[in-house]
Amino acid sequence: MTVIEVKNLSKRYGDTVAVRDVSFAVEPGEIFGILGPNGAGKTTTVECIAGLRVPDSGTITVLGREPRDRSLRAQVGVQLQESELQEKLTVREALELYSSFYSDPADWRRLAGDLGLDEKLNTLFGKLSGGQKQRLSIALALIGNPKIAILDELTTGLDPQARRDTWELISGVRDRGVTLLLVTHFMEEAERLCDRLAVIDHGEVVALNTPAGLVEQTATEDQTIRFRPSAPIADELLTGLPEVSRVSRQGDRIEVTGTGNLLHAVTSVLAVNGIVAVELRLEQATLDDAFVRLTGRAGEEHPS
Amino acid sequence: MNVFMKLVATEFRTAFREPVYLFFAALFPVVLIAILGAVPSFREPSADLGGLRVVDVYAGIVIALSVAMIGLQGMPTVLANYREKGILRRLATTPVRPVALLGAQLVFSAITVVFSSVLVFAVAGIAYGVPLPESPIAFLLAVVLAVAGVFAVGLVIAALAPSGKAANAIGLILFFPLMFLAGLYAPREVMPDVVQTIADYTPLAAGERLMHEAMTGHWPNLLSVTVLVGYLLVFGAAAAKFFKWE
Repeated sequence: MTVIEVKNLSKRYGDTVAVRDVSFAVEPGEIFGILGPNGAGKTTTVECIAGLRVPDSGTITVLGREPRDRSLRAQVGVQLQESELQEKLTVREALELYSSFYSDPADWRRLAGDLGLDEKLNTLFGKLSGGQKQRLSIALALIGNPKIAILDELTTGLDPQARRDTWELISGVRDRGVTLLLVTHFMEEAERLCDRLAVIDHGEVVALNTPAGLVEQTATEDQTIRFRPSAPIADELLTGLPEVSRVSRQGDRIEVTGTGNLLHAVTSVLAVNGIVAVELRLEQATLDDAFVRLTGRAGEEHPS
Repeated sequence: MNVFMKLVATEFRTAFREPVYLFFAALFPVVLIAILGAVPSFREPSADLGGLRVVDVYAGIVIALSVAMIGLQGMPTVLANYREKGILRRLATTPVRPVALLGAQLVFSAITVVFSSVLVFAVAGIAYGVPLPESPIAFLLAVVLAVAGVFAVGLVIAALAPSGKAANAIGLILFFPLMFLAGLYAPREVMPDVVQTIADYTPLAAGERLMHEAMTGHWPNLLSVTVLVGYLLVFGAAAAKFFKWE
């Protein structure tokens, strides 16, 4: 059974079309990512799924129900962007209060430990750093033991270590059978976590695939090898290989572009000629490249 | 403890960590009556006040002050902040409805008014011999009606103010004229008739008049009761219609 189904979703604010004819389906137990540049309509899409906004047209079903069905609130955990808590509430009080909202809550102490908040239990929300607030927000989204967790900009504001810890936590949550819907504009996160991705740009789905599938789908040239040969080598030795499409030189460096098992083909020729490839680099198309090709914009390497 | 009681307890907990607000809301009225009662001439019966002493009249006025500070300023600011910070929105994603948090803040505010009133009568009674109201039930009714009418106005502020700061500013703008008409700066008995007539149609002054009358054993007058119920219905409906949850 499909967990979340979005069909032809459209939403506008005044004259601005935020989302246009968006469709996708999220399967049980997967981590589904919505990737796109800022202002692409990602947040609007998940807010409609979370029942916070009413679509202008199209249909959404969550666990077979209409998103505004209140019975879903106990089964869907949501972490929103820019959603704060009372300044003067401590982390412990917030966790205790929110766990009292659910009939079968998760153990908040364990959750706080998993998110590295156990040292901050007596700290007031207003005194937390941005990253700590974000982690508390994730904890509150997971505190009700949800079947689905919707996480909007999960790791924005986290330092690299906290980000990796959070990814690990999310993988663990998925291993417990929770279906996750992530919104991100951060490539590494999408690549590491997501089973499938919908790329949204200008309010429309421009691609829907696995991360590897997206790379393959958009890659024009598979790979590039750069190296410095230990002895002079003629271009013809390389261009003669069926895998090689182009050879260029920059000073004493050679750049070989091609497809298939390029690395093996090139290193074999070099070996036969007794040449060693120094400072060898292999570059493959990344999700970043795929994203740029799909949206014509650079994704964010390092979220601020 | 059910969830609503937990939310109310949370309102108290966070309020106790805001000492300035808690002081003004809960303690300022009793401090004011203590200072006024310390003035010897305010403890002499006055013919202008129908034989009551200034300190007796001010018992009701400082309770109106408490209602105004909490209902027009404190409560609307807190609620507008809850919206501005996305707290109501976050709550909307949980099994608890955001209206429960609004209700918890109202309960907290009402309890604070009651606490403040009890403190005023305890201190004024012990220190200056201010008697308890001759009609305690009428007095209680007066406080309830004043809270209902003024809080309804406060809820409209909370509904319309785009931010906590804006709510605070709007509350302050309403606070001074309404408090003036309720007799904070000079009791209504010494005001010109036309000002008294205007005052009769404002919520704080109507509430103060009911309290004042209950002090001397009168039953609530129909005009003031009608005015306050009117504010509750009209402003309550407006707040319900215009309240934005995000």
